Amino acid sequence: MSGHDHGSGRGGHHDHEHDLHHELGFWRKYVFSIDHKVIGIQYAVSALVFLFFGFCLMMIMRWQLAYPGQPVPIIGRFLSDAVAIDGVLRPEFYNALGAMHGTIMVFLGVVPLLVGGFGNYVMPLQIGAPDMAFPKLNMLSYWSFFVGCVVMVAGFFVPGGAANSGWTSYAPLSVIATTGQTMWLLGMVFLITSSLLGSVNFIVTIIQLRVKGLTMFRLPFFVWAQFVTSFLLLLAFPPLEAAAVLQLMDRLAGTSFFMPSGLVVSGVPQDFVGGGNPLLWQHLFWFLAHPEVYVLILPAMGIVAEIITNNTRRPLWGYTTMVYSLVFLGFMSFIVWAHHMFITGMGTQISAFFATTTMIISIPSVIILTCLIITLYNGYIRFNVPMLFALAFLPMFAIGGLTGLPLGLPASDIHLHDTYYVIGHFHYVVAPGTIFAIFAGIYYWYPKVTGRMMNPALGKIHFVLSFIFINTVFMPMFFQGLAGESRRLYDPTVYEHGVQMIGMRKMSSWGAWMLGLSQLPFILNFFMSIWAGKRVTNDNPWEATTIEWLAPSPPPHGNFAKVPTAHRGPYEYSVPGVKTDYFPQFAGAEA
Amino acid sequence: MKRLGRQIRRAGGRASLNKVGMGLRWAALVACVFLFADAPSAMGQAAAPQTEGIKIDGHYGPYLPTDASKDGYRADQLIDVVHWFMIALFVGWGIFFTYCLVKFRARPGHRANPEHIKAKPSKYLEIGVAIFEAVLLLGWSIPIWASVKNDVPPPNDPHAVRIRVVAEQFAWNFHYPGPDGKFGKTAVERINTATNPLGIDRNDPDGKDDIVSGELRLPVNKTIVCEILSKDVIHSFFLPVMRVKQDAIPGMRIPVWFTPVKTGTYEVACAQLCGNNHYSMKAIMYIQNQTDYDAWILEKCKPPEEFDG
Repeated sequence: MSGHDHGSGRGGHHDHEHDLHHELGFWRKYVFSIDHKVIGIQYAVSALVFLFFGFCLMMIMRWQLAYPGQPVPIIGRFLSDAVAIDGVLRPEFYNALGAMHGTIMVFLGVVPLLVGGFGNYVMPLQIGAPDMAFPKLNMLSYWSFFVGCVVMVAGFFVPGGAANSGWTSYAPLSVIATTGQTMWLLGMVFLITSSLLGSVNFIVTIIQLRVKGLTMFRLPFFVWAQFVTSFLLLLAFPPLEAAAVLQLMDRLAGTSFFMPSGLVVSGVPQDFVGGGNPLLWQHLFWFLAHPEVYVLILPAMGIVAEIITNNTRRPLWGYTTMVYSLVFLGFMSFIVWAHHMFITGMGTQISAFFATTTMIISIPSVIILTCLIITLYNGYIRFNVPMLFALAFLPMFAIGGLTGLPLGLPASDIHLHDTYYVIGHFHYVVAPGTIFAIFAGIYYWYPKVTGRMMNPALGKIHFVLSFIFINTVFMPMFFQGLAGESRRLYDPTVYEHGVQMIGMRKMSSWGAWMLGLSQLPFILNFFMSIWAGKRVTNDNPWEATTIEWLAPSPPPHGNFAKVPTAHRGPYEYSVPGVKTDYFPQFAGAEA
Repeated sequence: MKRLGRQIRRAGGRASLNKVGMGLRWAALVACVFLFADAPSAMGQAAAPQTEGIKIDGHYGPYLPTDASKDGYRADQLIDVVHWFMIALFVGWGIFFTYCLVKFRARPGHRANPEHIKAKPSKYLEIGVAIFEAVLLLGWSIPIWASVKNDVPPPNDPHAVRIRVVAEQFAWNFHYPGPDGKFGKTAVERINTATNPLGIDRNDPDGKDDIVSGELRLPVNKTIVCEILSKDVIHSFFLPVMRVKQDAIPGMRIPVWFTPVKTGTYEVACAQLCGNNHYSMKAIMYIQNQTDYDAWILEKCKPPEEFDG
């Protein structure tokens, strides 16, 4: 599965800067490559490994939730004394699993896959560019990410284990926590740097490297989604990187940015200068973390839009409205963050402000979802594997988005804050939402990357099983939350409502384990198809209209033999008077 | 063992530990390992009192729990209304979605028809959603929140029961001012986890009759004002049956109020991750009739013999 094809001379003459007239060695071609496609694959494969790892962490946690105090089967005997006693998880390890699951899934899994993987690979192709604007910066962003990953995972091996103060790392707990938290903070510095470098690259590339005829409002919706996402990353991440440094200093250098005076821990007065405020950390954290969740959903919406329009053989309904909604959503995402902080002692005026902005931000989400559903109307709906996942995204994202409403209203949030209702809400958006979109994108762009199709039968099995089990995992959580079950509880049966909800927890746990098994057809399919998948007969097997389908499958270094021109909008399907039911953007006057 | 020791030292902060304290901590640590199921009471760390076997009143099912408060119904109403709205939107979308999937599925003889579809229905939907959300905000959420924040009984209200709730890793301390109605002064230097967790000055005339309890005992039909504090990290004071939740943020003192209307035994939970034994940080709340409550106050306000002032 190579992004290069130097030997044949296809795409051998380009007008870009690096000297590739001599063959690059193995390391420069496959490891320290500056080709956006190799970097995209590096990001994607790393991210998929971490998604799997993060999932495994959760599967271990779910044993303790379903069968509290019982030894974990199969792997229990391999767990050291530091993390488990005779196979029964220690509470500190449970908390570490929780914090690292969240951190790994968001920062080492979904974002690198959506932006670093899909964005890097597909976006330059969709705008007709030979590569990103800054290829070396692109490579640097991957290796910064890689270092961040190593540092994060290293947290599991330091004394005291990995970070266990939640992915939110609230001070003062995180400041007095064990060494793993320092690794978390250092890891975040590298990961954030990677995103900042990447976001600059994306913005410049989209503005500067579009081919002739490709005006902003002829861009595929996927590119718009990546564009807005990059602004979110660029503007929202710096406060968290700064905050991470401040927390590092509180932990290591005796400062008190987040540490108030007079703390007494376990009967021992703490040796901090004091005068700091734990709420400062929360503001800095959530100022990033709220736009971050839109980073998790926007590229996914982009992927779904591409696949839905392709498989309904009609243009996106309300493309312009969707683009404006995207931009508005991005802007609003910067002024809702304190809805995560309603219960910190917030007064009426400030909570009314953030509740209002939170209600307002639901409007563009509703618009985008509605436009995607209306696109199906009067279409010709093909139910291939990418389309199955893209379609399932719609109701799943609807559930996730709707359950944000009782959380976004402060008065109802009093009961639901920090309960399983929140966990159900955000997982519905990210898991059957974003991750289904990711699967859709993998099945969809796989033939472009490899020149082969993934097996559709395995794909359909993967879809059906995943859909059933993912709902089994997360639907009970709304009921647990309404019953009053808090999150991050090692043993919820301490509480009466926890005892009553054990059936729901068992259902979620078995759902999670079955969901894990359901990924086997996908993993098998993914690897098997590289060598044994059905070869595509042409470069545009889905009969799509966007420019990436002009390039060979896989595209060589430099992507296009001849620089393409965009002659029309991105979704000219079923155009009256055109022979085929699609009229590609890159095609000349006749199809 | 060693790693655990280092971890525990770090959890105890960067203050220097004297050797005797260290020895006690190691001994307690060994005991701890064999008491896995218990919250560790070693190392000066507070443990929630033993609560197994205490019968909890109320119904806890898949929807909201028992409401034992006078004003909790308002938030419950909001939760009900929002959920009906959510279900209506989901079913509406779902019906249209399913209709499209069936009617416009690819099949021989069918073609896509991309001619312009009228925008009006979706525009009305958007406007309707926006209006309804405004109603939720202005009709329910903002007024309820304003009441939660502003209707705290004023300091001179003699009928309100005032308590300071001081959270720490991993126990709740309920500080009652006693019959004189005044809280005694506290100081960090006086803190002793076992005998004086809040560091109350028993020589202070106001502090002589203060009560520090691991149980939350309250009289029914009286407005209770709880000031929420923390000694170490962020906790969260959660009374599911009173629909009360307030983060306990070190360095801040935040009031909540509620009026219990049903007697019974209920739970106090910690709703913000506060460390390893966050899950076990439970207290029991006893809502009692006035006579029983008064008797308990009188019994508890006598200073204990072994108090070290």
